[in-house]
Amino acid sequence: MTTAEAPAAREIPYVSAVNEAIRQLMEADPDVFIAGEDVAGYGGVFGVSRGLLGEFGERRVVDTPISESAIVGLGVGAAAAGLRPIIDIMFMDFMGVCMDEVVNQMAKMRYMFGGKARLPLTLHTMAGGGMNMAAQHSQCLEAWFCHIPGLKVVMPSGAYEAKGLMVAAVRDDNPVIVVNNKLSLGMKAHVPEELYEIPLGKANIVRPGTNFTIVATGRMVHESVRAAEMLTADGLDVEVIDPRTLQPFDTETCVESVRKTHRALVAHEAVRFGGIGAEFAAQIQEEAFDYLDAPVGRVGAPFAPVPFSPALEKHYIPTADTIAAEVRRLLGKQG
Amino acid sequence: MADGRKGTYPVAETVAPVVAEYARRLPGCLTAPAAVDSIPWRRSDMDVNREVLLDLHYRMLRIRLFEEEAGKLSEAGRIPGALHLYVGEEAVAAGVMAHLTDADQLTSTHRGHGHLVAKGGDFKKMYAELFGRSTGYCKGKGGSMHIADVDLGMLGANGIVGGGPPIAIGAAFANKYRGTRNVTVCFFGDGASNEGTFHEAANMAALYRLPVVFVCENNGFGEFTPQAKHQAIRDVADRATSYGMPGLIVDGMDAVAVYESAGEAIERARRGEGPTLLEAKTYRFFDHVGVRGMGVSYRADEEVLEWRKRDPLLSFEQKLVETGVTDQGSINALRERVLFEINEAITFAQESPFPDESQLLEDVYAVSGGVR
Repeated sequence: MTTAEAPAAREIPYVSAVNEAIRQLMEADPDVFIAGEDVAGYGGVFGVSRGLLGEFGERRVVDTPISESAIVGLGVGAAAAGLRPIIDIMFMDFMGVCMDEVVNQMAKMRYMFGGKARLPLTLHTMAGGGMNMAAQHSQCLEAWFCHIPGLKVVMPSGAYEAKGLMVAAVRDDNPVIVVNNKLSLGMKAHVPEELYEIPLGKANIVRPGTNFTIVATGRMVHESVRAAEMLTADGLDVEVIDPRTLQPFDTETCVESVRKTHRALVAHEAVRFGGIGAEFAAQIQEEAFDYLDAPVGRVGAPFAPVPFSPALEKHYIPTADTIAAEVRRLLGKQG
Repeated sequence: MADGRKGTYPVAETVAPVVAEYARRLPGCLTAPAAVDSIPWRRSDMDVNREVLLDLHYRMLRIRLFEEEAGKLSEAGRIPGALHLYVGEEAVAAGVMAHLTDADQLTSTHRGHGHLVAKGGDFKKMYAELFGRSTGYCKGKGGSMHIADVDLGMLGANGIVGGGPPIAIGAAFANKYRGTRNVTVCFFGDGASNEGTFHEAANMAALYRLPVVFVCENNGFGEFTPQAKHQAIRDVADRATSYGMPGLIVDGMDAVAVYESAGEAIERARRGEGPTLLEAKTYRFFDHVGVRGMGVSYRADEEVLEWRKRDPLLSFEQKLVETGVTDQGSINALRERVLFEINEAITFAQESPFPDESQLLEDVYAVSGGVR
């Protein structure tokens, strides 16, 4: 990690980090192109591809019809034919429209063909609530894709991770789904100007601690760090781990932490039931059962679609408060 | 086929009121059922050179014999899993593939053996794959429904109806991106023409003027459901206009007719003029899955026999002999040679090892660039 570099280190927002990664990847490799709804003329509805059309032209920055299956299929066929596509699905919720392409074609082609196909395809999408966009524009559906052999899934928590994981995803010879977070797009962090890679499958210890482990994904990493700070008043020294890659999951780093802290909680923005946190918790208890002093806790959204009204949505998405409360509950303390 | 469409599609009577209502609301959309012979399908007068005729015959013969032997093995319980056989539709694959080089791609369907054979697939690797052996095209991990040869541009049979069109436009996009003259042919059926993926891909292909040819093998059935019960149109090619591409209908039992129309469409794609929808009217002699095909509940034996009179291979051989292009003796000798090759390939397949258990987790991910 380079988070503790010199004060002169450049800080840019998350969205600019993704944009810069794509630009530099396209400069470095003529086989890289980006296609998706409104990625060219408009620059992406979140600004991820802003300015790319002017720099690379219509051949490599491709506006598509609103046809998610054909957009993903375009990426699958182009990747199988040797290109290195970045395919943008505007909102993760829209993945429902192209599930066959993702689950039956993109994920399985290599295996079904006995290893003879190579699919260096990056599927970039935006997840997460908190913007009053209701049930079809706010979901975190990463667990669906972590369940499918053949796919890799990354979930950057901040600007540094967003660039480094995007670079790793595009350079990987497998289909990688990059799940960025809408609410984090303006969040600034130090991001090196050069192309750098965060290796897939490697977790990051964001905040070292000694007597409690929180494994959190995406934006919940920051909420967990805040929770950890709140919990110092309870005499807790919480370690926060950001897996960064959800599939493959870095079980080892998390288990190593739990062997030290003896207590753990997983936190994500997605619905708790059947969320990826359930798998993380299962892996931790399988590998570190004898070290655990309490059940592995889980924090996630309640089992309901994402509500529209700000009055409801603020109770839906987990926060530092809900995470801290769950930690206290696990320790037998009233929150 | 004197009683025309009614004879061809025994269910036409039951859907007639629906069709009539549709025609009343959209005049000109549907024509009254016509005698098959009066439908203006493109037909040929065999006016192409001898090499092409022999090439088409050879490709069809190889498919027919490959499929018949595969069917026998399946019925004898010697091949695991399900087979969707191409017998009856050989003229389509042969007529299209005769124009393609190894650098041209195709996406196939669940009924994909014929496409790979016609593209130059290796019998040994094909049978070995059907037998689930490690020497197969996919090392025994794909089987009949996922048979593929990426080096030959065959981007896979596909277990999902409508799975191919989006992938085909991706390969075509790559060809255009790289400035090559290569084309991608997307095979699909009348059933798949009702899938959203087909419409999305056709729209995008026309929009970007991609070098792709959509070849609809209209065999009259979506699995076991007759066309008249799964779509209100008779000609899938009618849909081409709505995407802004030409639509052609060709007699899919006539290899030369397919060859000529496919040639136009493929050349158009190579010239950078965009996609074409070519509908080949054809027929599946066997069932959706497996062999039987006659004495079944979903279609009349008379219908099968009518189509069998126009057997794309046998009628072609008859014409080749009649016109003096070749003689029956040469055809018989060729048939023996292909059968010998097939028997060798089956022996090879059966003597090949099954994949080892250690192979189970191989090929899920590419190692290069990956972490595990």
